[in-house]
Amino acid sequence: MPVSDDFQKAQRFREAALPYLDDVYTLARYLLRDASDAEDAVQECYLRALKHFDSYRGPAMKPWLFAILRNVCNAEYARRAHSHAAIEDTPGAADQTPMWQENEASPETEVLRSRDAGAIRKMIDALAEPFKETFVLREINNLSYREIAEAVGAPVGTVMSRLARARAMLRAAWTAEEEHSK
Amino acid sequence: MTCDEAQILLHALLDNELDAGHAREVEAHIASCPACAAELAAQREMKRVLADTKLSYSAPAGLRARIEASMPQARPQPSRRSVLRGFAMGSAVSALAASGVVAVVLRQDDQQRILSEVVSAHLRSLQAGHLIDVVSTDQHTVKPWFNGKLDVAPPVIDLTAQGFTLVGGRLDYVDARAIGAVVYKRRQHIINLFVSQTASTEHRPPKTQTMQGFNCRRWGERGLNFWAVSDIGGDELTEFVDKFEAAMKVNVEG
Ligand SMILES: [Zn+2]
Repeated sequence: MPVSDDFQKAQRFREAALPYLDDVYTLARYLLRDASDAEDAVQECYLRALKHFDSYRGPAMKPWLFAILRNVCNAEYARRAHSHAAIEDTPGAADQTPMWQENEASPETEVLRSRDAGAIRKMIDALAEPFKETFVLREINNLSYREIAEAVGAPVGTVMSRLARARAMLRAAWTAEEEHSK
Repeated sequence: MTCDEAQILLHALLDNELDAGHAREVEAHIASCPACAAELAAQREMKRVLADTKLSYSAPAGLRARIEASMPQARPQPSRRSVLRGFAMGSAVSALAASGVVAVVLRQDDQQRILSEVVSAHLRSLQAGHLIDVVSTDQHTVKPWFNGKLDVAPPVIDLTAQGFTLVGGRLDYVDARAIGAVVYKRRQHIINLFVSQTASTEHRPPKTQTMQGFNCRRWGERGLNFWAVSDIGGDELTEFVDKFEAAMKVNVEG
């Protein structure tokens, strides 16, 4: 009977997907940089996920939800088109920060001061896409490289180079800020 | 291995993503390259600081509630399509189905559960494309639309002149039963007026309760149960119900 099928499907979905609500919300916060836009996007993500739950074939629920959230966020980027770019490779942004400099300071001087979460979140927020997304998926959402590749629909090699750039950019921002605050 | 390769692969090394063979290669390069060794040390340090900081966010409770409310609830509710199919099966069958469906006197301990279902229905209606089945500001269009879909069509009263704009009607589900919802707007706020038939003809005076941040004012009149749900203030909702009741009195007696 379709009535109870619908309910059972929702029940299965609830058990499979709701435990990741904080993860999905976290990614949305970093991608959209706005609490209420993030809430809207997450709600839309769960609506779409429930709708497509029939076609979901596991095993990893998290990357699947993230992939749906990305689509929702891209639509939001399109709406905000005047101020934000979609999550795409932006070669310009990638080239702005060199991967590393020949004259690295010695490891002893590289020790970063611990910062409060708010300051670090701000620095992550400022990273360009698609590097920020890759970084958040790895460092905060704890996805493996393969899962990130699944979620963003890119080869693992691309994920690796994006992550390396994201970390280089973040560290550059971090050390620059420390220089500034000295 | 070149430095460019090592600069990417050292992250995979940090993240434990490399197989043993590649890990050895990266380690060999780092052992002989001070620049890459420095980068690895710096990145390891940054990773450690990041791991010690709470960078994730917690979803607000209201978001969780809204998502829960958007899903089919614990009491299975027929999809709109299947009920409409039921109504289309023929008057004999649908009359039979409807008779057991509508005439129920609510027990007191059911009230709270029904209220939460009414609020859920209100939340569902706020999602795109769910609010209105028949869009009209004309009560003479909205009212006939309910005929044949429900045993008793809900009273549809235009309150535009009183400050509450009639915007349409909808078939909804509460307590696993089809129920009429008449939709009003006050500025940008939606008011859903849910109406269902009841065996009780006694008058129950209006009473306001709050649930999940919404005000719900319910009352009983002439064999009908009413629930008005909205995010407008309690005073305004009371005003709405007063004006609705006054207009209904005129309609019935006039
Ligand atoms: Zn090197």
